[in-house]
Amino acid sequence: MDVLMLSRLQFAAATMFHYLFVPLTLGLSILVAIMETKYVRTGDKVYLRMTKFWGKMFLINFALGVVTGITLEFQFGTNWSRYSAYVGDIFGSILAIEATAAFFLESTLLGVWIFGWKKLSAKAHATVMWLVAGASSLSAVWILIANSWMQHPVGYVIRNGRAELTDFFAVVTNEFAILMILHTLAGAYVLSAFFVMGVSAYHLLKKTDDDFFTKSFRMALVMGVIFTIFVAVEGDIHGKDVTQKQPAKLAAMESLWETQTHAPVYMFAWPDEENERNVIEIMPIPGLLSLLGHGSFDAEVQGLKDFPKDERPPVLIVSMAFKGMVGLGTLFIFLTLFGLWKRDKLQEYPLYLKIMMFAIPLPYIANELGWVLTEVGRQPWIVYGVMKTSDAVSPILQSQGAISLTAFILIYGLLGAVGFYLIYTAAKKGPEETEA
Amino acid sequence: MVLQNIWFFLWGLLWAIFFMTDGFVFGMGTMYPFLGKTEEEKRIMINSVGPLWDGNEVWLITAGGVTFAAFPAVYATMFSTLYTPLMLILFALILRGVSFEFRSKVDSPKWKRVWDTTIFIGNFAPALLFGVAFANIFQGIPFDENGIFQGTLITLLNPYGLIGGVVFLLMFIVHGSLWLAIKTEGDLQARAIQTGKRLWPVMAGAIVVCLIASAVFTDLYDNYLANPVLFLILVLAVAGLLGIKVFMGKEAWFKAWGCSCLSIVGVTFFGVAGLFPRLYPSSINADLSLTAHNASSSPLTLKIMLVVVVIFIPIVLAYQTWAYKLFSGKVTEEDLSHEEAY
Ligand code: HDD
Ligand code: HEM
Ligand code: HEM
Repeated sequence: MDVLMLSRLQFAAATMFHYLFVPLTLGLSILVAIMETKYVRTGDKVYLRMTKFWGKMFLINFALGVVTGITLEFQFGTNWSRYSAYVGDIFGSILAIEATAAFFLESTLLGVWIFGWKKLSAKAHATVMWLVAGASSLSAVWILIANSWMQHPVGYVIRNGRAELTDFFAVVTNEFAILMILHTLAGAYVLSAFFVMGVSAYHLLKKTDDDFFTKSFRMALVMGVIFTIFVAVEGDIHGKDVTQKQPAKLAAMESLWETQTHAPVYMFAWPDEENERNVIEIMPIPGLLSLLGHGSFDAEVQGLKDFPKDERPPVLIVSMAFKGMVGLGTLFIFLTLFGLWKRDKLQEYPLYLKIMMFAIPLPYIANELGWVLTEVGRQPWIVYGVMKTSDAVSPILQSQGAISLTAFILIYGLLGAVGFYLIYTAAKKGPEETEA
Repeated sequence: MVLQNIWFFLWGLLWAIFFMTDGFVFGMGTMYPFLGKTEEEKRIMINSVGPLWDGNEVWLITAGGVTFAAFPAVYATMFSTLYTPLMLILFALILRGVSFEFRSKVDSPKWKRVWDTTIFIGNFAPALLFGVAFANIFQGIPFDENGIFQGTLITLLNPYGLIGGVVFLLMFIVHGSLWLAIKTEGDLQARAIQTGKRLWPVMAGAIVVCLIASAVFTDLYDNYLANPVLFLILVLAVAGLLGIKVFMGKEAWFKAWGCSCLSIVGVTFFGVAGLFPRLYPSSINADLSLTAHNASSSPLTLKIMLVVVVIFIPIVLAYQTWAYKLFSGKVTEEDLSHEEAY
């Protein structure tokens, strides 16, 4: 394997691993903040116990999010130095703003929250959790602005042999970024809602602490219902934007080879990239892709053959990731709507509770598939239309790349195993009976 | 020019604050297996930095981020040429972060022993490696016109690089021992104080050796000779060093720790001022060196980032100071009884 491939694998492994923890941080911080606020408002101890129980899992997850984030911050320099030098003027500043405006607040105040139970008033302590949650979302906003700039670069000019910033406002109000932020945050809230519902379902089945877990389940259910629907509706708008800005990605998502009007969506299609066709095409819905992409059945949609072979993303991965994400998204809507319908007698539906318990990993998969689609679909570009990934890689030795990739896989593998074990045992054990 | 020079100074300042804040955590962790004799003492040591270490570490992320934003070519060349040592530092920091969080989560001596080891590695290795890396930067790094590193990890372990590593390590250990003197009581405090007192002369000696070696291995003093007023930085660093000694004698631990902060900032700036305007000198050909003037971002980016930093860094300093105040005082048994405590 050459340095390029090693670096791509390493970056993919590191970001995807980071993103195993990010969504739960984003959503659970808000749920915990709501629980603590309810405790402050009502004085009802059950909310305090909820805060502590879910907070414990939040903290383990957060620690893993932090340590895996640090390596990412430096990998643009270690593995993508040509990229960093070429676009640092814009991209670097967004990362630096993220650190100064969001990470400091997030990390400092989380320390205060963990250790400050006795040092702050109840109200101030709850406020600190809101600030942690806000800072986490803010960090997501900035990193997604950076990522969107790679997807759809704006506000720059190529000068002095690199991309230089000309319009900061255009970069932070990039339409692509706004859509991506909404979609990603919603995806994170879906995951967090399913996490809390799934763990609660386990305990409701065991009948460990009905009041506690019914309250937890319902709270998460509200979040779940809203955001499973939101993520799908917003995803559709996002898709239209991608059609405009990255037509090759859209064509790969739907494995559409020929440019055509009345373009169909296939329920399932298996692309054959060698011969530029699909080997299997099941259940075409005529005109649907034209409608989804352009808002009208007879609109023309660009097919892959319109793009030179070396400017097409890997079709199979991108189309499978897209279909998987959308399929799961549809399933999530049914699952949460059923919960909403039966919300007052959940215990009478053990099968539903069991399904919810086993559904915990599904939003994780959906989130990872979303990123695979977004990032692999952008290939071969690292900055869409501006810089190819192959021109971006650092001039390091192959042995360096191979050793560090191996080390990443080993360390992250161990870390992930220990982390999930700890979260799993904390979730299974259930809340503490008495308050210390 | 002015903007670039301001950014050069801010770049040095952020690294200095990182060493000053995370330095005592590195020091604590390095002494951890030696000073913490009982489980309670170990927990006191970890909890003495518990609420603060994560916020301290963000200074590193910010220093890295600001290097990327203000001097992208430096970020690119520095981190790709120092690939292996940086990866080692990052892996160590990962271990450190999870060790603090995980250690208390399972009640088993075996489990705790694993994380005891990683706490040591995760703090010792970065302390040493940052010293080695910065000494090598002061000396010049062998990279060519394509930004390719002409050497190996061993190249970096040259005499001056090693001296730098030892100086950083000793300074952080003394810094950490003073921190523990502030935060702990009884036997543990006595052992921390003893460590600090015994290592102070070693550290002072190492710093003197380093200052002399700098004249031999580097051209840092050129700037000082051209601009003698810069020697004030050295005076500050030395004043900090002596202050540690004086206040240790008076058992004024907080003041001694403050002087230690001053000496760490002073020693960092001793090198940074000597480098100016270079950020990342090439030892192969001085013309290839990356400087504040040939490696900076566009004026627009520098201006925007300046506004961001001028607004946010004071805010950050304000709430971090608040957090330090909130958690001032000795770590007590009651602190350890919280279920959230490490
Ligand atoms: C959509 C959200 C999102 C995405 C796409 C990323 N991150 Fe992240 N990151 C977060 C959302 C987040 C967070 C929610 O703010 C974290 C996760 C868990 C946590 O503790 O904070 C975090 C932590 C975190 C940290 C530690 C901060 C601290 O100490 O508080 C760093 C340095 C990074 N990230 C850097 C990155 C980089 C360089 C990324 C791009 C490749 C990246 N993250 C992708
Ligand atoms: C956290 C969620 C993310 C995930 C799961 C993710 C996933 C991936 C994957 C799978 C690849 C490999 C693509 C390939 O090589 O074919 C990749 C590459 C890359 N991504 Fe992301 N990504 C995420 C966020 C980001 C963000 C926020 C940025 C920038 C701020 C980013 C920048 C990059 C870069 C620079 C590469 C390397 C070049 C490349 O191979 O395309 N990624 N990412
Ligand atoms: C149900 C219908 C859904 C549709 C139509 C949809 C649509 C899309 C589209 C078009 C993209 C690619 C955007 C790009 O290339 O930049 C995307 C990315 C993504 N999706 Fe979805 N999605 C859906 C459901 C979900 C669900 C349920 C989740 C997670 C729970 C999810 C998580 C993500 C993530 C994390 C990304 C990458 C970030 C981004 O580009 O916004 N999606 N989605």
